[in-house]
Amino acid sequence: MNSRTEPQLVRYLLIGIALVFFGLFIVLPLSCVFFHAFSKGWLVYIKALQNPDAVSAMRLTIITALVAVPLNLVFGVAASWAIAKFDFKGRDLLLSLIDLPLSVSPVIAGLIFILIFGAQGFLGPWLIAHNVRIVFALPGIILATIFVTFPMVARELIPIMKSQGNEEEEAALTLGASGWKTFWMISVPNIRWGILYGIILCNARAMGEFGAVSVVSGHIRGLTNTLPLHIEILYNEYQSTAAFAAASILALLAIVTLIAKTVIEALIRRGRAS
Amino acid sequence: MQTDFVKKSILPGFTLSLGFTIFYLSLIVLIPLSMLFIKTSTLTFVQFWEVITAPRTLAAYGLSFGTAFAAACVNAVFGSIIAWVLVRYTFPGKRIVDALVDFPLALPTAVAGITLTELYAPTGWVGHFLQSVGIKGAFTPFGITVALTFIGLPFVVRTVQPVLEDLDPQIEEAAASLGADRWQTVRLIILPVIFPALLTGVTLAFARAIGEYGSVIFIAGNMPMKTEIAPLLIMTKLEQYDYAGATAIAIGMLLISFALLATANYFQWLTSKNLGKT
Repeated sequence: MNSRTEPQLVRYLLIGIALVFFGLFIVLPLSCVFFHAFSKGWLVYIKALQNPDAVSAMRLTIITALVAVPLNLVFGVAASWAIAKFDFKGRDLLLSLIDLPLSVSPVIAGLIFILIFGAQGFLGPWLIAHNVRIVFALPGIILATIFVTFPMVARELIPIMKSQGNEEEEAALTLGASGWKTFWMISVPNIRWGILYGIILCNARAMGEFGAVSVVSGHIRGLTNTLPLHIEILYNEYQSTAAFAAASILALLAIVTLIAKTVIEALIRRGRAS
Repeated sequence: MQTDFVKKSILPGFTLSLGFTIFYLSLIVLIPLSMLFIKTSTLTFVQFWEVITAPRTLAAYGLSFGTAFAAACVNAVFGSIIAWVLVRYTFPGKRIVDALVDFPLALPTAVAGITLTELYAPTGWVGHFLQSVGIKGAFTPFGITVALTFIGLPFVVRTVQPVLEDLDPQIEEAAASLGADRWQTVRLIILPVIFPALLTGVTLAFARAIGEYGSVIFIAGNMPMKTEIAPLLIMTKLEQYDYAGATAIAIGMLLISFALLATANYFQWLTSKNLGKT
């Protein structure tokens, strides 16, 4: 018998346990979303998604992601360039600070922006005097989303850029290419899959963020409700089918994200092998 | 002066990229987070202490930490089994299982929340079954633990899996040829090597579970003193315009989370040290 494996019975038992747990915690919830979304048929499903509040929630969610993701992308590229290409003092500290938002509860992420921009906040009186609304309005939602998704692109890019080293860029520069040209022609193509990967993960989180956005949104229907908040309202009003119809859109986004992630990971691995 | 701070390189753009990184980091993360500490400083220490030791706060902390810990323990066992099965065995659908392990991270928390509530409510698929054996699923600490287990699973699997993959087959073969039976090899050779990674994963899942909001509030029931988690209490204080109270509770949670993450980093460091040795 192979010294690196277990008796067949043990193997089957472990696979069985893993699959039952997996089925209970992953497959069952996944099927539950779509089951409830379509439980009253296609027509009710489509109607729930065409509801004006649902449409405006989707639009707000897309606008938020369209602002938050590009900003965090620019940051991610800049941070990974500084951290992966250079060796400087305090690099580890900077890395931990970048990861900080991941360890902050979403509710706290929303709270900090209330403390700055809320009516009782530090800038509150000034904002009221100048009639600028940040919290309980779109800018607050976008800020909270940027905070929550802050490290998502940087985290993907730093290890990829690090593993590629500096030789190609150094060769280009010695041959007389300008700094920007080297960056656009050498560095960016080298990390293109990482960039795509980061964008997809960041976007999924940005569109799905609930806790932080819930604190700063003020829940104004049709105005400051993102898709996750819309789901909450419907569910609390016992409109379960409509809630699950909206939820199925986000569940679909999650599945597409996972498929894209799997494909891109395979592409990165192939790129490394060649 | 710059040569002291950064190793010389012919690559351009260090000042620009680092400058922008620090500027954006300060603007989005550091300055807003520091507001928490500035806001708490408007309370005296006695006031701060009164808020975080009020019976309702203590009950919320206890519930958050207790359920997060229980969920982390469940994930430690089943997450390791899933990681082991994914690395060592072949079975139909393995690649789909591998990809779907990240589903809880990709699924928006509000969707997870309403789905698990629907499943574990007395009328739901699982809740119905649980009720027949006398367990109340949703709206109890049990339900909260279920939601936190769902959220934490990927953290454990994804930290244990790579360590198992990197394990040198020779040490297992050596153990077997020296007469160890399989169980001895697993217990005395494999477990000690993956243990730091397992602790890292469990700590990450634990830290995430403490702050978790969206997936929990639907299934929790949200009864003060009984099923009210700490993030929800912050929310309640905010709705009552008690900003200082909300901030004090947040600071308490934050300090504990940071301590946990420092622990996780330490275990991670141990893992890389162990792997370096073998």
